[in-house]
Amino acid sequence: MASTEKIGPKRLVVGAHYGTFEFIAQRITAIIMAIYTVILLIGVLTMSGFTYEGWRNLFTFTCLMMPLGQVLASLAMISLAWHAWIGVRDIWMDYVKPVGVRLFLMVLTILWLVGSLVYFINILWRN
Amino acid sequence: MSDPAQKPRPQFKNISVPEILFAYRLPLAGKVSILHRASGALLFLALPILIGLFAMSFSSAAGFTAMSAVVGFPIVKIILLILIWGYLHHFCAGIRYLVLDLHIGMDKQSAQKTAGVVLGVSLALTLVFGLKLFGAW
Repeated sequence: MASTEKIGPKRLVVGAHYGTFEFIAQRITAIIMAIYTVILLIGVLTMSGFTYEGWRNLFTFTCLMMPLGQVLASLAMISLAWHAWIGVRDIWMDYVKPVGVRLFLMVLTILWLVGSLVYFINILWRN
Repeated sequence: MSDPAQKPRPQFKNISVPEILFAYRLPLAGKVSILHRASGALLFLALPILIGLFAMSFSSAAGFTAMSAVVGFPIVKIILLILIWGYLHHFCAGIRYLVLDLHIGMDKQSAQKTAGVVLGVSLALTLVFGLKLFGAW
């Protein structure tokens, strides 16, 4: 983000706009997930009986030979991981002051989220 | 400047947990806010469990039946109901924040009112999903 900032003695060290990118990403990923939630809810409510085929079809339906169901689910999960990263990062930044502990928790958070993401994508796309 | 012979200045540490819980009374918007954070943290921690249940239901017809059996346990239903509330509260409060970002409903009265609506709607929806989960229909 700060690649255009001046480097050297006149580099911007503090500023009101640090975190703007995260702020916007938090909102955009939220909107993506909210829309996907509504899509899924409509899908479940219009299903004729809660069957395995119907449930699977919510995530595997195709459009013009393209795997739209899987792509939408993947985009929603990527949004979730990104959104959760910013939120949990904020929690650590608010409550955990020692830098070492905070760094450790942030690394753990990333591993937790990337692990969850990889797990989900793998299930969604295999077979 | 400072006199080294002076006794150390008094320190005021952070407020304690009982004070946070009982002495200070948050306005409705404050309650929605902290519950937004708490529900988000809860969903973050539950993520692998939820994906695990999804994996079970998605991989095969037998897995789908097995998932239904797992969800049949009352303790699993209670955990799921808490997570459903977490999702619904986070969703409703999140919509409220997006609207506030557009500078709508910023005055004290409206903010108080929409906070009440968020708490009420998410709890009412939790009740609906809960009745469905516990097989009321």
